[in-house]
Amino acid sequence: MQASAPDVAHDTGARIAIDTLRQFETPEGIEIALRLAGPVPRAAAFVIDVLIRIGLYLVLLQLLNLAGVGMGLLLLALFALEWLYPVFFELRSGATPGKRAMGLVVVHADGTPVGASASLLRNLLRAVDFLPVLYGFGLVAMLVDRDFRRLGDLAAGTLVIHRDTAVMAPALPARPPLAPPGPLDVDTQQAILAFAERGGALSPARQAELAALAGLSVPGSADPAATLLGIANWISRGKSD
Amino acid sequence: MRQQPFEQAHAATWRRLEALLTALEGNRRPPPTAPVQRLPRLLRSVSAHYAIAHARGYSPGLVARLHTLVRRGYRQLHQPRQRWPGHVLRFVTAGFPRAVRRHAALFWLACALFFGPMLAMGFACTADPTLIHSLLDGEQVSQYESMYDPTSTRLGRTPEHQADDDVMMFGYYVWNNVGIALRTFAWGLVAGVGSVFVLAMNGLTIGAVAGHVTQLGFGRPFWSFVSGHASLELTAIAIAGAAGLLLGSALIAPGRQSRTAALRANAREAVPLVLGATLMLVLAAVVEAFWSGNTAVPPPVKYAVGATGWLLVAAYLGLAGRGGANAQKAQEDT
Repeated sequence: MQASAPDVAHDTGARIAIDTLRQFETPEGIEIALRLAGPVPRAAAFVIDVLIRIGLYLVLLQLLNLAGVGMGLLLLALFALEWLYPVFFELRSGATPGKRAMGLVVVHADGTPVGASASLLRNLLRAVDFLPVLYGFGLVAMLVDRDFRRLGDLAAGTLVIHRDTAVMAPALPARPPLAPPGPLDVDTQQAILAFAERGGALSPARQAELAALAGLSVPGSADPAATLLGIANWISRGKSD
Repeated sequence: MRQQPFEQAHAATWRRLEALLTALEGNRRPPPTAPVQRLPRLLRSVSAHYAIAHARGYSPGLVARLHTLVRRGYRQLHQPRQRWPGHVLRFVTAGFPRAVRRHAALFWLACALFFGPMLAMGFACTADPTLIHSLLDGEQVSQYESMYDPTSTRLGRTPEHQADDDVMMFGYYVWNNVGIALRTFAWGLVAGVGSVFVLAMNGLTIGAVAGHVTQLGFGRPFWSFVSGHASLELTAIAIAGAAGLLLGSALIAPGRQSRTAALRANAREAVPLVLGATLMLVLAAVVEAFWSGNTAVPPPVKYAVGATGWLLVAAYLGLAGRGGANAQKAQEDT
């Protein structure tokens, strides 16, 4: 793994195809990857936010019963909803309710949570992204930019990424370890381990089909899927137990 | 070391970090029992485990789990914890006027773009009563005329709004004026053209109305209405325009950096200008709603208050936050 340019993904074979991952190095000296969110989930999040705001407007319309004072409060509320709604929620939890529902979160370019200044900027500049109609400029900017940034994101230096969900490590099914027929390179080992960890989610027929593709056979074990599980156990536990 | 003994040796650490992160990520304040001070140490250990697991080719599931833990931990460790009251106070007393002085050239340019057309149009409209129709249609003109009609009980309001509450007008001024200022800023991103246009158009309109109603002989109600809040409001619009020009200048003249980098740097610089302009406009809305429209106050008093307002705004922007013990501190903040 190289670190020539900090925000460019340099990774081994398999992952380079995924160009929506942005990698950077943390102060702890490790590389972590952010999964960028494209226009579609962001548009969906925006629609959810619009619906929420319409709901709030309908509630606020009740203020009109208070005549002048109510009208004044309504206009103040309109102002706040129009300009500060996203800022409030982004500072609170990194995402508006719509983004939260879509599993998105706003971060600085270095992956740290968005701060007041950047959040304010990216949301004030919505006024430009929205031009000429319905986020025209914003969409063009997102499609041109490698990191799906609209103009407000470019100016504020922010990214919209998919939020991390807590993943439990899928347990490797315990089988008697089987020695592989010969030395395996790292990529093959990784593929076998991935198969063993995730195979449980596949149908037995699909498991057998995938396992046959590996083309590994061990004397004394006829079923290719069981062979791979055995080799996976050998890789992760060793032959001793 | 094979994967399984590695997992057995460190699983407890991972579970501790995971539990701590779950507590910190909740919507509520983390429980006081959460060992928050352990986060940096735990995150360092798990970062090392992640690097080892990756390098040794342990199973993708384990690597993904550690990667997620590290990402979540990184987010929590770098969560900004701002002390708002102190921050706001320092901004108002020093940060904002300093930001305006840092960008004095753009501020004066915005003033020229705003007050230039305003003065020119004002004098032209005093001389020529029909000139205002080149800018506003007949309905708008008669609306402005009725707002400053000397027989009106509330100044600066159309007849149908005469009786309305001051609070309503306050809401309206905030919604309308601050909205204009924020758009003036944002549209600066279109190579500054948007800001120039909004500044000039607003300047022309304000000048036209002022010249027109003065020429009609409504000068006394008009000037006594606007004198109170003009200093705050007009200066704030010019500052918002300067912030927009700052955005635009990053695209026109980025200097020795890429346009994206220049835009990011200038946009960060523009934030205090926009925030300060917003605060000034909210203050202007208070004055405009509760003081300017009041016909009980004799005009000379209003003129005196208006002149004092200009002096105070000039003194604030020119002098506040110069030198002093907190100069260093505010410099570090910006």
